[in-house]
Amino acid sequence: MDPRRAGIERRLHSVKRIVAVTGGKGGIGKSLISSALALVLSERELSTGLLDLDLTGPCDHVFLGFETGLPSEVFGIEPVIHHGIRCMSMAHFVGERPVPLRGEDVSNALVELLAVTRWGELDVLVVDMPPGLGDAMLDALRLLRQAEFLVVATGSRVVLETVRRTLRMLSENGANVLGVLENMQREESVGVEELARCFGVPFLGSLPLDGGLEEAMGDVARLAATPVVAALRRRTGVISGSGFARS
Amino acid sequence: MHELALAEAVLDAALETAELEGLSLLTRIEIRLGELQQIGKETFGFVLGEIMPAAEPRLASTRIDVVVEPARFRCRRCEERFCMSQAVGPENVDAAEAIHLIPELAHAFLRCPACCSPDFEVTQGRGVSIHAIEGE
Ligand SMILES: Nc1ncnc2c1ncn2[C@@H]1O[C@H](COP(=O)(O)OP(=O)(O)O)[C@@H](O)[C@H]1O
Ligand SMILES: [Mg+2]
Ligand SMILES: [Zn+2]
Repeated sequence: MDPRRAGIERRLHSVKRIVAVTGGKGGIGKSLISSALALVLSERELSTGLLDLDLTGPCDHVFLGFETGLPSEVFGIEPVIHHGIRCMSMAHFVGERPVPLRGEDVSNALVELLAVTRWGELDVLVVDMPPGLGDAMLDALRLLRQAEFLVVATGSRVVLETVRRTLRMLSENGANVLGVLENMQREESVGVEELARCFGVPFLGSLPLDGGLEEAMGDVARLAATPVVAALRRRTGVISGSGFARS
Repeated sequence: MHELALAEAVLDAALETAELEGLSLLTRIEIRLGELQQIGKETFGFVLGEIMPAAEPRLASTRIDVVVEPARFRCRRCEERFCMSQAVGPENVDAAEAIHLIPELAHAFLRCPACCSPDFEVTQGRGVSIHAIEGE
């Protein structure tokens, strides 16, 4: 018998809301949006956690510039606090090494991480999901029952194709969907909004394609001042729906 | 000391089982500690004792057996079977600590002794599991 599942409940007991940032497709800005959302929420003095669940390709530390290196082990694993955000990522454990994991190992690592990470009291835990509808997605649906999914999309047809599958999977599993957020918008387009309408979930607005993002990466102050993060900041109220309550 | 988090999970899981099976007393819990995770048997037993809830009648006279299970690996690339002492790595204490925290990181820090592949299966002795819960 695996005791870790019971452990996960205990570890997430004092987490008020979990927002899982997903989309199914890689390269559409899930990690940027997860990192930026955590940043914007912590600006509002909400106690915020950021869990990078892309175990084989973590990159939230690149956006926010947090140090990797082993987290401390005190009655569990302590998230690394960076600009007030409690961050947990595979990068802490392995630095730049590759982490070759097969499906079952991905699931096991994810369960272990959830079972021993001590988030403490959090208003919001932002979970950056890897691409795909595999292990991480199935485990999020299985273990993070209270998770609310923030679905990222771009106007590209190949992205919409995959996001549609993601939305269908979420809907078939009775998951709570916060809505669909368009990223990397170049020009007015209606594809993402139509997709949201089609699934009867809120369309949360659009974030612009931001040419200056690359220079701002790794520096929280500069990142916070980019047009894309500014746009996200304006949408936070809409994203949170009923609102993120401060403890 | 992240053992504490795992020990709490073990007790929560045991009590959940007691609930499900309608047991009013847990007489014995057998815990297996996989060698890969390098959790000390004494440490784990001690931590469990420390967090044992005094006010929980179902755990009042529970015997707890902690058994260390040797780690065994099978290479998926070359089919070599090997044990912990034969694996290549971990190269330093941080790597060992990482595996201690997340056993799957063996795939980042250990290699098959025959072909150097990280693509091996841990056939036994991975981490903490509950092998038996007995009660009445
Ligand atoms: N709105 C945007 N404007 C400009 N570049 C962006 C934007 N959103 C994401 N990017 C860039 O696109 C790339 C992929 O983003 P990332 O967040 O890693 O995607 P995912 O996590 O979905 O794979 C990164 O280089 C990121 O900086
Ligand atoms: Mg990503
Ligand atoms: Zn081999």
